[in-house]
Amino acid sequence: MGWRLIRTYTILVYLFMFLPIAVVVLLSFNANQFGSFPMTGLSTRWFETLWQNEAIMRAFRTSITLGLMTAVVSTVLGVLASLALVRYAIPGRNLITTLLIAPILVPEVVLAVALLLFLNFLNIGKSFTLLLMGHVIFTLPFVILVVQARLVSIRRDVEEAAMSLGASPRQTFFSITLPLLMPAVAAGGLFAFTISFDDITGTLFWKPGGIETVPTQIFSMLRNSISPEINALGTVIIVLTVGLPLIGAAVARKLATKSAG
Amino acid sequence: MSIEAREARQPWILLAPALTAIGLLLIVPLMFIIVYSFWLRSAAGADTPGFFFDNWIAALTDRFYRDILLNTLKIAAVTTVACAVLGYPAAYFIARSQGNKLILLVLLMLPFWISYIIRTMSWINILGVSGALNSALIWVGIINEPIQMLYNETTVILGLVHFLLPFMVLNIFVSLDGIDTNLEDAASSLGATRWQGFLQVTLPLSLPGLAAGGLLCFVLAAGTYITPVILGGPRDAMFANLVYEAIIRQLNWPLGSALSLLLLIVLGVLVLIYNRYLGMAQLAKGLG
Repeated sequence: MGWRLIRTYTILVYLFMFLPIAVVVLLSFNANQFGSFPMTGLSTRWFETLWQNEAIMRAFRTSITLGLMTAVVSTVLGVLASLALVRYAIPGRNLITTLLIAPILVPEVVLAVALLLFLNFLNIGKSFTLLLMGHVIFTLPFVILVVQARLVSIRRDVEEAAMSLGASPRQTFFSITLPLLMPAVAAGGLFAFTISFDDITGTLFWKPGGIETVPTQIFSMLRNSISPEINALGTVIIVLTVGLPLIGAAVARKLATKSAG
Repeated sequence: MSIEAREARQPWILLAPALTAIGLLLIVPLMFIIVYSFWLRSAAGADTPGFFFDNWIAALTDRFYRDILLNTLKIAAVTTVACAVLGYPAAYFIARSQGNKLILLVLLMLPFWISYIIRTMSWINILGVSGALNSALIWVGIINEPIQMLYNETTVILGLVHFLLPFMVLNIFVSLDGIDTNLEDAASSLGATRWQGFLQVTLPLSLPGLAAGGLLCFVLAAGTYITPVILGGPRDAMFANLVYEAIIRQLNWPLGSALSLLLLIVLGVLVLIYNRYLGMAQLAKGLG
């Protein structure tokens, strides 16, 4: 009896997770001018208004710039730290790992308040710089977790072979370790970008007036009411955030097979 | 410098940037707001440095703050239980299914990539006055006028469950997947029914995953700022909304510091209890 019941239950759980998202996509193509049910036909007009909405386009540019910068900084810091943690026997390894993972364990509101007030004390007010520093802090643990997991599986002897053939540690890193680590670097960077692109709580505390990221822009649009334009924006974001990682995964797999073969 | 000394310094050079960033942007700021929470906000708008307990007394004894803190913990608890009830059978199904495990897992991971605010607001399309459910009910003829189903505590919990369920399923899956299925077979060959085998073998072995998922759901739910604003009514504020009010609207930073620390302490105690009994390794497994 049980198995069929569990299967039906699981299907319902998946429906619960995906139905609301599907409705967003469906309604974004709604021709009805209030963007609600009943649907009167299919149309791409909401995507056109979206494209012409200067505020949304500006928010997109801000989010992408912020996300890219966050990804680069977080990935560099994360890869260096992971190398130290995996490749060297260092005293206090557990304490250091806990410290580096700490931003996940601190509620985002608390992290946001602490950073805002401290930097304000140092005369660094709400600014793009503050946003970037905040985003780096809470993306860093995820990059470290991803890169560490991969680094553990790269065998030490490959590096040792390179060094015994006369390569310096630096040469070994750039011509052996880094290429092998590339899928993890890409995954970590993508992870950091997506988390940054998606963040709203911290961003609301840190952003200066006049700067909006995509989530804060949606948030301020929701104050009025839900418009079909928001559904269209939602659809674009869903396509971007689901499509990008899938492409990323495909590229990573290709890189992995190339370096293996 | 000798080669050994250079070797020994190497990891610290690699760790320095990350540790500096965490230290300067997280640890020092947290210590700073501890100090700040004892300062006083004067009527003139300037902060008076000092050692006053006023903010802490307000945070701990003011009924308004206490009610919202208790309500926040209640919402987080209900959300966690709902996630466990919805998530456990699904995780079990994924772990024990033969062919399509990978597809189910990828599907489960997808919501992590889909914007939190989009997922939250998607419920307005479903439950709003002109949403899918109202339209359907009117079309069928059960109701004549749309009902307002949104903006109450239930929709806040619904939104949180929708957001946090994947965390729960993933954590339970990780621990279920690590259980040798031979154990269940052994139980049944010794005369246990499937249900008995599950209750006495599989369920206890999967508790670490359930606990890790539960901790994540609880901590994330208790710290939510956005969901109550989008899906809750004026009376459904959660603790993070109080912090935002104090810091951004009233600009009462010392009080805001005390309130954020109170939240950190309450949730920190939970994390410590968890760490004492189960350790952080399980949590890292589910996140990675």
